[in-house]
Amino acid sequence: MTPPGKLQAGDVIDQFRLKNKLHQGGMATLWDVEPLQGEPDVPLIMKIPRIKGGEDPATIVGFEVEQMVMPMLSGPHVPRFVTKGDFIQQPYIVMEQIQGESLRPRLDKAPLPFEEVADIGQRVAFALHELHKQHLVHLDVKPSNIMFRTSGEAVLVDFGLSRHAQLPDLLEEEFSLPMGTGPYMSPEQVQFIRNDPRSDLFALGVMLYHLTTGERPFGNPTSVSGLRKRLYTDAMPPRAHRPNTPPWLQEVIMRCLEVDPAKRYQTGAQLALDLQHPDQIPLTKRAEHMAPRGSLSNIKRWFKAMGAEPEAQANATQHVEHSPIIMVAIATKASTPELDKKLLATVRRIMQIEPGARLACVSIMKMNRVGMDKLMDEEGNSLHVQQLVAIKHWARPLQQQLQLDEHRLTFHVLEATDTAHALVEFANKNQVDHIVMGARGNSALRRYLGSVSAQVVAEAECSVTVVRV
Amino acid sequence: MKLAILSDLHANRQATEAVWEHATQQGCDKTALLGDYVDYGADPVWVLDFVQQRMQEGAIALKGNHDDAIRHGSSHNMGEHVQESLNWTRQQLSAAHVAFIESLPLVAELDDCHFAHANLHAPSQWAYLDGRMEAVRSMQVTTHPFVFCGHMHQPCLYHLSAAGKSGEFSPVDGTPIILSPMRRWLAIPGSVGQPRDGNPAACYAVFDTGSKQLTFHRVPYDHERAAQRIIEAGLPLFLAQRLRDGR
Repeated sequence: MTPPGKLQAGDVIDQFRLKNKLHQGGMATLWDVEPLQGEPDVPLIMKIPRIKGGEDPATIVGFEVEQMVMPMLSGPHVPRFVTKGDFIQQPYIVMEQIQGESLRPRLDKAPLPFEEVADIGQRVAFALHELHKQHLVHLDVKPSNIMFRTSGEAVLVDFGLSRHAQLPDLLEEEFSLPMGTGPYMSPEQVQFIRNDPRSDLFALGVMLYHLTTGERPFGNPTSVSGLRKRLYTDAMPPRAHRPNTPPWLQEVIMRCLEVDPAKRYQTGAQLALDLQHPDQIPLTKRAEHMAPRGSLSNIKRWFKAMGAEPEAQANATQHVEHSPIIMVAIATKASTPELDKKLLATVRRIMQIEPGARLACVSIMKMNRVGMDKLMDEEGNSLHVQQLVAIKHWARPLQQQLQLDEHRLTFHVLEATDTAHALVEFANKNQVDHIVMGARGNSALRRYLGSVSAQVVAEAECSVTVVRV
Repeated sequence: MKLAILSDLHANRQATEAVWEHATQQGCDKTALLGDYVDYGADPVWVLDFVQQRMQEGAIALKGNHDDAIRHGSSHNMGEHVQESLNWTRQQLSAAHVAFIESLPLVAELDDCHFAHANLHAPSQWAYLDGRMEAVRSMQVTTHPFVFCGHMHQPCLYHLSAAGKSGEFSPVDGTPIILSPMRRWLAIPGSVGQPRDGNPAACYAVFDTGSKQLTFHRVPYDHERAAQRIIEAGLPLFLAQRLRDGR
């Protein structure tokens, strides 16, 4: 095994030639590489662990984890895995190089504009949900581990601390200290829980807090007792640092930073959904605070935290499955009372089975392809508002019967020329798990116009239930 | 090399056939049979013929405690109920079958893999690997990084780091696991012929010795037919019931 410090540009490792050293980190070195044969379809990098003096369990185990986990992951939110080298000769991982810088330099520019914070948050939450769906909790979400493709998708890198629900956890028994990066570690991570995807949403909350205010919510503790403080003390509300922080943004950040994972967003998709529709975020007391809770409350919570054992959590796989986003497409005009009733009953059944589910009620406002659209009725009332009123009216019985709180329900009127296309696009953008919609009867209209539901069924990436009378 | 690892077949023809078909579809080109071919089930002769056929094709086959008991009587840690099915099994087997069983070894090696029926640290004593402590003992007596044992009827994967930290994992059906050569691994594929984790589907595992990729599989089979065969043979009824329950 060549010590990574001795490697030089031009050296050959297995089937790859080293070109330039891109990065020298504490745990690993990154090299720009080219294969000896053939042209790769994407630029490649080689990650070589820095193993100090042969005995370095942290680096070795972290790299073992990464070698085990990376080949299992796919999609635009991770660097594509190419190959790996074993520890007997030279340990390395060759993967796709993500162009550009990590999010780390943006941290130095904080506070950032609120729109940028929301945009970063939404893209990272979307990416985290995709990882969680692949049974992975990252457990080291921080700006230096986040990159962006030129096409805009957030990419998570460095899986050395991650936990895959369907693979052995090599780190579980390895260390006696909590694992993670001090400022970002969730309370349950401090308590050695390694399988809760909501830990990543806490870390994202820390990041959004920092980007919004320029301050870390829990400082940068280096001791276990310092880390444990977050079990019983709240961060200062962002508005204490930056008074003009919009209440919705403070609501989102403080919800991510809840000590109890059950009080946070339950999935990255649910968080991304809120950040894409700030006007739909119901505001609670979290949004109001200008100063942290008093010391009496902290003392109470300190006692509670002292004896508290974290509850055994469902793993990433189960958790994500039980917190789906359901989307119901409501046709305010083309429907009939019978179809409305049946659609409502179908949605009710689905929402009853999964108490963690969120419901997005969507309606399309049809626009003309050419020419001016009428946005007001004869009396000058907004058609958009009228349609919103109509879908809220549709959902009212559901809201009452299931006692859905505001967090579980959102309303969206989309202006579009192609109804089916707009529905599918909304579902993809918001990581919807299941679309429920009615089918028009066997009318002359359907024969003439084609079926919207058939088009949605054909084009959607998620499950679709078509309700018929 | 793609290795199919089958253990604890227990005279269950239907389960063995289903697993073999599955392993063939997976492209396995080598077989390791970890013992306990007979007892409990109604088709000991068919299963022993299957084992001999695989051996002719180059398979590794070990002796299990139930195979050993055919000649030497039941060992102390086998339940009393075993006696009845053991007696029945003896009546089915020819002298040639018994001689074949007697010829089987307790352990075997292949590349960087080491195999035993019950455990590797004392293979002739048939003690169960029922926890990390025991698994670590077996991982420490060999220089090979990969150990495979049967005897326990529930699938399980143990690992041991260079720093001496061990872990235990319940495998997920069909999910490949890349085994790091930096640590020791001990895999228990589970039982082909008598699964006991509440799932009646047969267990086995596939290990790709090149990519070090291990996959545990569950294969559903006609367990009603296997249970019916047990009843028809006049074997204890609960042996039929436990195939239906997977317990």
